[in-house]
Amino acid sequence: MTQIEKFSYDNKIVRNFGVATVIWGVVGMLVGLLAAIQLYEPAANLSNPYTTFGRIRPLHTNAVIFAFVGNAIFMGVYYSLQRLCKTRMFSDVLSRIHFWAWQLIIVAAAITLPLGMTTSHEYAELEWPIDIAITLIWVVFGWNMFGTILRRREKHLYVAIWFYIATFVTVAVLHIVNSFELPVGFMKSYYWYSGVQDALVQWWYGHNAVAFFLTTPFLGLMYYYLPKAANRPIYSYKLSILHFWTLIFIYIWAGPHHLLYTSLPNWAQSLGTVFSIMLIAPSWGGMINGLLTLRGAWDRVREDAILKFFVVGITAYGMATFEGPMLSLKNVNAIAHFTDWIVAHVHVGALGWNGLLTFAILYWLAPRIYNTTLYSKKLANTHFWLATLGIIFYAVPMYWSGWTQGQMWKEFGPDGGLVYPEFIKTTVSILPLHIMRSIGGAIYLTGVFLMVYNLYKTVKSGHLVANEEAEAPAMVKANPQKEYWHRVIERKPTMLLILSLIVILIGGVVEMVPTFLIKENVPTIAAVKPYTPLELEGRDIYIREGCVNCHSQMVRPFRSETERYGEYSKAGEFVYDHPFLWGSKRTGPDLAREGAGHLHKSDGWHYSHLVKPSDMTENSIMPEYVFLTRSTLNTNKTADKIVAMRTLGVPYPDGYENQAVKDLESQAKGIADNLNKEGIWLDEENEVKVPADAEVIALIAYLQRLGTDITKSETANK
Amino acid sequence: MFKQFLSGVDGMEQYLIFSMIIFILFFTGVLIYVWRMKKEDVKELSNIPLTDQETELP
Repeated sequence: MTQIEKFSYDNKIVRNFGVATVIWGVVGMLVGLLAAIQLYEPAANLSNPYTTFGRIRPLHTNAVIFAFVGNAIFMGVYYSLQRLCKTRMFSDVLSRIHFWAWQLIIVAAAITLPLGMTTSHEYAELEWPIDIAITLIWVVFGWNMFGTILRRREKHLYVAIWFYIATFVTVAVLHIVNSFELPVGFMKSYYWYSGVQDALVQWWYGHNAVAFFLTTPFLGLMYYYLPKAANRPIYSYKLSILHFWTLIFIYIWAGPHHLLYTSLPNWAQSLGTVFSIMLIAPSWGGMINGLLTLRGAWDRVREDAILKFFVVGITAYGMATFEGPMLSLKNVNAIAHFTDWIVAHVHVGALGWNGLLTFAILYWLAPRIYNTTLYSKKLANTHFWLATLGIIFYAVPMYWSGWTQGQMWKEFGPDGGLVYPEFIKTTVSILPLHIMRSIGGAIYLTGVFLMVYNLYKTVKSGHLVANEEAEAPAMVKANPQKEYWHRVIERKPTMLLILSLIVILIGGVVEMVPTFLIKENVPTIAAVKPYTPLELEGRDIYIREGCVNCHSQMVRPFRSETERYGEYSKAGEFVYDHPFLWGSKRTGPDLAREGAGHLHKSDGWHYSHLVKPSDMTENSIMPEYVFLTRSTLNTNKTADKIVAMRTLGVPYPDGYENQAVKDLESQAKGIADNLNKEGIWLDEENEVKVPADAEVIALIAYLQRLGTDITKSETANK
Repeated sequence: MFKQFLSGVDGMEQYLIFSMIIFILFFTGVLIYVWRMKKEDVKELSNIPLTDQETELP
């Protein structure tokens, strides 16, 4: 006779993560709305650098991914893990450390990103001290999770827990590998890898952050909360297992599809495409499993807002995971890449899959941990319709806009020339669509406000059951002789962790090791030289201002691009780029050849353009960077930066750091003199010249350098 | 379709073939694993989320 043990579930930690989910969700979406408005009304940057698009776009993505979705994951995991393991969380202290430290990390991100402290790697912008904090707190989360699993009273690990374990182990690997940085001071570092390798690591990370932060934990949550909400078991448990292993195996290989037609070696691109297509199968396995769980319960879907959120959320997952592989086909990617199509794609995933599932779980959880009923089902239903309409009003204009951009960039006239050689024409044509998109976002956000009110009233009507009493039989040791090997895996969390680790490492190793070890994969070009100290400082300003969020530096090998920008980009051009700055979106034109060929402009043009873009390009939506003319370039770290770059393999001669600032000043003086000759003043009325130590001079030096190497000599030597 | 991808890869076919072989072996392994699961075990496992004492809404 097994003994029945009494214990209690910790609901307070679930409540805390829930509150954080709601607060950061509102913040992240508000910042997103502000960024969206700036894309047709640049003055919405509130005339200061801290709230300008280049700096708040990463704030928006980080807030939504790591703050909103992150807290939602922890909320969902802390509630379901305790119940699935029939035990309280391993340690209340670890739970609290996890909660508060995660919020501190978010606050640190919310302060440093607007200050321009960024590594420039998308979704990994946070600087090295915060990276270390994330690593430590992730370990705390894992420790707490594994402690709980090891103390469980339920013999078997339900499939949701498998997804949680895979999430933990893979995010740890991704974060560590993509955070190899060499610090050059507090809140400034350079990535260990450069150019092509840096790009491969970043998109291996970027793609799998989507997979293992936005997808696998939510699939785990779906496998717990959907059966709960529908009050029936998952459609096929066997399918869930097949779907789990194949999903985590295949996902990790697909990263290079973000780099199609770039300078990444061709074989790696092909590998990315093939595995992306294969990914449809496990993704749809998950979607079908979710939707079919509701078979026979569709009558309830009509009335129950929670089930409605699930149905549309899971359908959005299915749409996004079908679209992703289609976008990784080279012919589709040629049109869609760098356009708003990608923005539409990710928002179907984020607003649809992550957003709607989070709302469903919040509506389901809040009454339960507060021992009450939902304040208003009607409001929840209204929220559902606003959210769904918001997604449609967001996505449709963005698809339209993306398609328009893709077509206009590539259109040739009967004379054989580009129909729209001026990039701005393509920008102006999509502005109405951008206005519509921000309306869609505002509708979605209105729904969120309704939810905040509804949850607030719900919580007020009940009281928190901080420690929920429960009882379960003590765990009995299984008889190992009678069991199949797979049943053994289901009982051994550590083995599951190791197997998941092996499965996710295979793809990464096959793709990355050759790119790092085989020299032929990155042919060097003799004419490519390290940046001058001034250009290096200018490049750091380019990174700080987040220029990479709107400008790519990657001319793809299409006639439409070589006509517009010049020679296509080669892998060997980026060997000294720590980090790579290829970008993923062209809100403005590509800048890879900005200083060379027919794109070359005078220093004065660049100055005037940075101060007031619309003076040089009519209707430009680029923000004004007038503050760069007033801020002085800090050269205190220049020597350290040269030393750091040399450590990373950039061939600056020994002792060059001692001469670097002198060289920097003389190059800066040359540019300041050029501006003077062109009749450009800092203050025309009082005849104040542009000082040579203004930050804008360094940025101009960097922009003028772009693309000049390759025109010096076309000969590539391996 | 797979052939087309292969032809675009110079001298690196072995990576694609190697990757496919690993995947097929892995997939077959998982299939066998799922195939051999007993019906009553599957039922028991899929009912785990529904067996906890959930707080009934008042």
